[in-house]
Amino acid sequence: MSTAAFEVAPKRLAPQSDGGPAPTRIVVAYGFWIFILSDIVMFSALFAAYAVLSNNTAGGPSGAELFNLRNVFLMTMCLLFSSYTAGLGALSAEQRKPERFLVFAAVTFVLGAAFLFLEMSEFAGMISKGAGPWRSAFLSAFFTLVGMHGAHVTGGLVWLAYMMAQVAAKGLRPAVLRRLLCFSLFWHALDIVWIGVMTLVYLMGAQ
Amino acid sequence: MLGKLSWSAIPFSEPLPLISTAVVVIIILVALGIVTVKGWWPYLWREWLTSVDHKRIGVMYVTLGLVMLLRGFADALMMRSQQALAVGTAQGYLPPEHYNQIFSAHGTIMIFFVAMPLVIGLMNFVVPLQLGVRDVAFPVLNSVSFWLTAAGALLVNVSLVIGNFARTGWMGYPPLSGIQFSPDVGVDYYLWSLQISGIGTLLTGVNFVTTILKLRAPGMTYFRMPVFCWTALAANLLIVAAFPILTATFLMLLLDRYLGMHFFTNDAGGNQMMYVNLFWAWGHPEVYILILPAFGIFSEVAATYSGKALFSYRSMVLATLAICILSFMVWLHHFFTMGAGANVNAFFGIMSAIIAVPTGVKVFNWLFTMFRGRIVLGTPMLFLVGFIVTFVIGGLTGVLLAIPPVDFVLHNSAFLVAHFHNVIIGGVLFGVLAGYNHWFPKAFGFTLDERLGKASFWCWLVGFYLAFMPLYVLGLMGMTRRLQHIADPSWRPWLLVAGAGAIVIFCGILCQIAQLYVSIRTRERRRDLTGDPWNGRTLEWATSSPPPAYNFAVLPRVETIDAFWEMKQRGRRPVEASYETIHMPRNSPTGFITAFFAVVTGFALIWHIWWIVIVGLLAAATTILVFGWSDDREREISATEVARMERTQVGLGGAR
Repeated sequence: MSTAAFEVAPKRLAPQSDGGPAPTRIVVAYGFWIFILSDIVMFSALFAAYAVLSNNTAGGPSGAELFNLRNVFLMTMCLLFSSYTAGLGALSAEQRKPERFLVFAAVTFVLGAAFLFLEMSEFAGMISKGAGPWRSAFLSAFFTLVGMHGAHVTGGLVWLAYMMAQVAAKGLRPAVLRRLLCFSLFWHALDIVWIGVMTLVYLMGAQ
Repeated sequence: MLGKLSWSAIPFSEPLPLISTAVVVIIILVALGIVTVKGWWPYLWREWLTSVDHKRIGVMYVTLGLVMLLRGFADALMMRSQQALAVGTAQGYLPPEHYNQIFSAHGTIMIFFVAMPLVIGLMNFVVPLQLGVRDVAFPVLNSVSFWLTAAGALLVNVSLVIGNFARTGWMGYPPLSGIQFSPDVGVDYYLWSLQISGIGTLLTGVNFVTTILKLRAPGMTYFRMPVFCWTALAANLLIVAAFPILTATFLMLLLDRYLGMHFFTNDAGGNQMMYVNLFWAWGHPEVYILILPAFGIFSEVAATYSGKALFSYRSMVLATLAICILSFMVWLHHFFTMGAGANVNAFFGIMSAIIAVPTGVKVFNWLFTMFRGRIVLGTPMLFLVGFIVTFVIGGLTGVLLAIPPVDFVLHNSAFLVAHFHNVIIGGVLFGVLAGYNHWFPKAFGFTLDERLGKASFWCWLVGFYLAFMPLYVLGLMGMTRRLQHIADPSWRPWLLVAGAGAIVIFCGILCQIAQLYVSIRTRERRRDLTGDPWNGRTLEWATSSPPPAYNFAVLPRVETIDAFWEMKQRGRRPVEASYETIHMPRNSPTGFITAFFAVVTGFALIWHIWWIVIVGLLAAATTILVFGWSDDREREISATEVARMERTQVGLGGAR
């Protein structure tokens, strides 16, 4: 009778380590948080590469010649406000108000899409000027770092649309709420990365 | 339509890879045929391919690692024989073009598809059991991780017959690995298979950090966790912190190769040494991702087979965490010759030497654990003793190499090859084999044959020394690594001894295959009916062998380190357990299907077949979206069902 050779865990409220496995909501959010940390490590490798290569323009254009800070300001505003509306959406979800959530999610989507549109037009403008990623090591690093952030935003938009569909189809049940929590973490983390991009790439590079 | 792929990709002119591949393909077809004829597909699909049970996934990881060990070892035998033959005027039987692929594949396979799956497999099987819980935090993700790893392994093997593999060494340094000097698909096979399996490994890291930090039996505080769980935690923290660097680095090299970017090229401002830095910023922690769990296994083995508690548990934990942090501060010792300057080299040299301190603490802890213990000299214990001696030698040569002036002499020499094989075989592999023998009865319900286990240990030990001690000497004599042809005939005697060593190791592997075969044949005699064949100390031995799907009918309550040992000492009478309904995760084909499309996409990327790339990516994404929509992911096992299973399992032990 080996399986029963120990005491039964009493059911009571207790400190985490004493109370056994954590509830699903905590496990999911915690795990996703760890994943975001790993994503930030990946970004930090790209940041490091950009820092190393940012002056290697190989006779091509430099950041000062290419960057348009007005555009960057607009992009930043789009992204930061989208985080704000995402936060309002999360609050509405917490209050179990699916219609309000859908409205805020739609605004978030539009702002995120506007950010992407501005980024794509910036990229297209640079490429048309002969400053594509194959021009110099600096531009390779620039397009990869900023483009990787843009790819994350794109993925985030797909995910957001998918979550809107889930909320519309199933309502705000616990599993959906957990997924929304992960999405919120993801979307805000993209802001943090963007602050790094804006500062290190655009503000420091535009001088 | 098919990108760069054409009939010329299959090396009809080279009989060696063609014949070996044909043999492998025939074996696979025969195996698939048997499965089909016997009607085993439903069983395989239900119980293994779609299983999200951490124990099953662990077994599949270990199986993958052992199979790939055979592949990687075949490469090793070819290299040893080529170097023994191609001396002076003789050219051997492997042309440089082929030989370079072999040493690149050997390194890639042994690190990514042997050592990693073996270590991750043992963690998968053991950690939730030791924590006293029913599964990992994200069971379906766990299955995705495994199948992505298997997908990477499959792609590497495909390169054997369709196209070729990288000729760059397993690190793939640019500019050699850039498009200019490696225009064919070899490097792409290397990069894409490692990107795919790397995602799997990263997800494992996320999964296990969450599992260990958030899912533990009631009462199991951090300082009551078994040491193996601590080392698994450290290793998975390193995975989370290090693997994304590799992903980013390979991404940059891929962009260089596919889109003509200039991260690592000779022209347009690229910087090759950045690749080397980034690669080793992952690569050095990777060494500890492999060795820390091995340390954990040895800690369990030392305590169990000495019949006493591990000496100084706390210092063991602290040493583990110290190594975990220090491992990120030494990467530059892989390329002191870069010329970073004396101060930089001195810093990294000192940091590298400092790692020997916590490692030394561990060695003394194992020795003091054995001191005055009632030692049972089973196979795992033999591996422990062999490990301590061998690993100390490997560690000392490592400290030697950590001295920059010495490294300038020995950089990229056979001495280095001897050093890292010394720590990886003597450390990681011995650890994994100890764990394999130790936990096998838990996984399958019967013990492994001791006689053949011990024979395999002696072959591995003697073979290792014969194969690699000569390489230390050769390194000091000036022989560099990766030589397809040996110009200096005075090296030949040493190379012959090394070749003989490889054959002795081969005998060790044969002994292991025989051990498995004999043990399965005689399993009725070697059933483990108690669930606790070694008088174990930790919770995995508190359940039957093999454990039921839910591991523990009632979650154990932990009050001390070595929880199960304490329970046995106190002689607690079994509580007439009041079983409750248990929720277990449902099987899911998500992992298998995603990995299938990952293979398709990877293959299409390698051969520039863009339409298949798009189809594959969409299909993989759809698979994940379908899974993301589902809510019904758990099945219930009712209390009466649990009671019934407990009656049939315990006492019969594994007669399922």
